[in-house]
Amino acid sequence: MDILIAALIAIAGGLAGGLVGVGGGILFVPALTIFLGLSQVEGESTSLLMIVIVALVGAYRQSSYGNLELRDALIIGALSPLGVLIGVVVANEVSQRTLELSFAALALYIAYGLVRRVLSEEA
Amino acid sequence: MAGASREHTLKLAAIGTLAGIFSGLFGVGGGTVIVPLLIFWFGYGERLATGTSLGAIVLIGLLGALAQGGLYGNVHLATGLLLSIPAIAGVVMGTAIQQRISQRAVSLLFAALLIGIAIELILK
Repeated sequence: MDILIAALIAIAGGLAGGLVGVGGGILFVPALTIFLGLSQVEGESTSLLMIVIVALVGAYRQSSYGNLELRDALIIGALSPLGVLIGVVVANEVSQRTLELSFAALALYIAYGLVRRVLSEEA
Repeated sequence: MAGASREHTLKLAAIGTLAGIFSGLFGVGGGTVIVPLLIFWFGYGERLATGTSLGAIVLIGLLGALAQGGLYGNVHLATGLLLSIPAIAGVVMGTAIQQRISQRAVSLLFAALLIGIAIELILK
């Protein structure tokens, strides 16, 4: 039963990846930890492997639809490790709750920007 | 033209660094940052932004997975590969559906996802 639920959550994660261009880790991690018994760090690490596979298939499908700027994608990806390093250092200096609330605030701000843009295009 | 191209590259570098910071801070792939910034800064359409984001995530995730798997042995290979099968089915369906809905709908879906994440984080 648990493996079936995990598979359904994985489908949902893949769907989210295809629809809005995220990796799906937000759903893969709970599928791995809650339903397949992995620890948090194992879940997050294994989720990364799944993200790579899903993103690869998704990027390939999008490229066949004409929706991939490969050069831009490679530059963004290649320059991310510097950021990851900064992020890891900061994450260890700041409290978990501060991180959660600042990410929540930023997510809401971006959502507001996207909705405002859609509404202004309609006007 | 060379100036515009340099500015373009610098902005891409900024997006890559920011996506990396987010990945390191919050353990996410970075798509939540890449997609909106490609839309806001470059005027990319939603489909192009999400496709390009997936391309970048391949690299970002690969580096993370190699580090976690290679250095720390935290990757459960068999479980990850097995669970990737339904996830691949999902992403193929998701990209196919995305071609059939409006770009505005993609933006609104993205906004809904962000609001869901924010609520989950606040209630934690």
